[in-house]
Amino acid sequence: MNAVVTVAGRDRIGIIGGVCTRLAELGINILDIRQTVMQEYFTMMMIVDLSGAKSSYEEISCALGQYGEAGGLSIRIQRTDIFDAMHQV
Amino acid sequence: MFNSKDILETIQMIDRQHLDIRTVTMGISLRDCADSDMQKSCRKIYDKITRCAESLVKVVDGIQMEYGIPIVNKRIAVTPMALVAEASQTEDYVPFAKAMDDAASACGVDFIGGYTALVQKGCTHGDRKLIASLPEALAETELVCASVNVASTRAGINMDAVADMGSAVKKIAERTESAGCSGCARFVVFANAVDDNPFMAGAFHGVGEPECVINVGVSGPGVVHHALQGIKGAPFDVVAETVKKTAFRITRMGQLVAQQASQRLNVPFGIVDLSLAPTPAVGDSVARILEEMGLEVCGTHGTTAALALLNDAVKKGGVMASSHVGGLSGAFIPVSEDEGMIHAAMQGVLSLDKLEAMTCVCSVGLDMIAVPGDTPAETIAAIIADEAAIGVVNNKTTAVRIIPAVGKKFGDTVEFGGLLGTAPVIAVHPWSSAEFIARGGRIPAPLHSLKN
Repeated sequence: MNAVVTVAGRDRIGIIGGVCTRLAELGINILDIRQTVMQEYFTMMMIVDLSGAKSSYEEISCALGQYGEAGGLSIRIQRTDIFDAMHQV
Repeated sequence: MFNSKDILETIQMIDRQHLDIRTVTMGISLRDCADSDMQKSCRKIYDKITRCAESLVKVVDGIQMEYGIPIVNKRIAVTPMALVAEASQTEDYVPFAKAMDDAASACGVDFIGGYTALVQKGCTHGDRKLIASLPEALAETELVCASVNVASTRAGINMDAVADMGSAVKKIAERTESAGCSGCARFVVFANAVDDNPFMAGAFHGVGEPECVINVGVSGPGVVHHALQGIKGAPFDVVAETVKKTAFRITRMGQLVAQQASQRLNVPFGIVDLSLAPTPAVGDSVARILEEMGLEVCGTHGTTAALALLNDAVKKGGVMASSHVGGLSGAFIPVSEDEGMIHAAMQGVLSLDKLEAMTCVCSVGLDMIAVPGDTPAETIAAIIADEAAIGVVNNKTTAVRIIPAVGKKFGDTVEFGGLLGTAPVIAVHPWSSAEFIARGGRIPAPLHSLKN
């Protein structure tokens, strides 16, 4: 199953490295990354593959949320189907 | 494959424009729960509801978490209770309402609908007992929603039932006075009630429905409002197109959630109800959409035309996004539940007469309107008769959910809290309709040729 991970927050050194390490620890493979900084505000979107994940979706969602909160970031994970449903006929 | 603009747009709709799924409603048939012994019947009702809806809340919460879409309400709708209770030899139907309430509470849902009687052509003994029990049943329960269908395009209007509804509404308000007359917020009177409506207070599981079914109601006035803010001054063709495209997206999300819920619960998918259901939150208002079209305050001249366009475009956009559309589908205009409507009513722009005109072109009808506590039962019955006539003649569903706020007068406000919001007390005409209502009988079904 693929999902979209979005990360947003004030820019600082090490956001991408930290998030990617956390994803690797959870057994999640990154398929695509796009990232930008606008007026010191960091935004990143990733497509990830959860087929090799070691934990349940709920645990992954909680783990990422907690990691984000600790680092002052908003991190969310959503299954890709919702974006396909809303934006593709 | 990966369009960051689309992803950001969806996230903004959820975070800033209040996009949500308003309700996932499980319809459950209770036709096999009738029993001549009332206590046995109540036990069967409780057992069947808790068995069918055991994992409803857990599954829906799981979908919410995986997709990151708020799903605001989980609800249950059951077979009209008058049909189930009628076999039992008892005069008191309140235990049936309590069985529903206990089952809903055990399942952890927000509301249970279906304490209902369908009396458009006349009342059976069971219907009469259920109607008589309404004030007590709503006062003694917290989650039960009740409805009575008093008219249909094929049967006409049952004016005896309409008169009874006027008194029932008054009694419900009096019995639930200590809770802000909130019993009235859980009671709706219909014309042309639909079998698959997922929204409360009027949801019930119609007699032609399967054993168990999943119906989903979408929302999203904030998203439509935001889309219209981007096309200021554009002609109405563009407005209609923009609403259609937005409704399409919202409904696709509803369809996805409905399919997922249906698969995971192993219950057939029924319908998606394409509705713009507002909440009292700022930025989630249908009235503000109408104002965005160029009206200074909702309720002024032009409001009915604006609402007609909105209602039609929502349906046109949504209908292609879902495999099965049903329920009430359209824009809702519940006064107390819509921040813009509350504002307009407080300014005195939105009157009962204008609201009645608006119901001719939108889904449902006079919804969550507070009137002075001393409004006579006959006047409330006459308001219901007017609304039923609009539904019957125009072949559409109409409804009345009205709150005679005990001890309050025009200009006061009633606080319900939560999604039910705040209702400014609106004026009713002081001239009597008592002799009109006292006539009773039936208003015949209308002619459907020679249309003018």
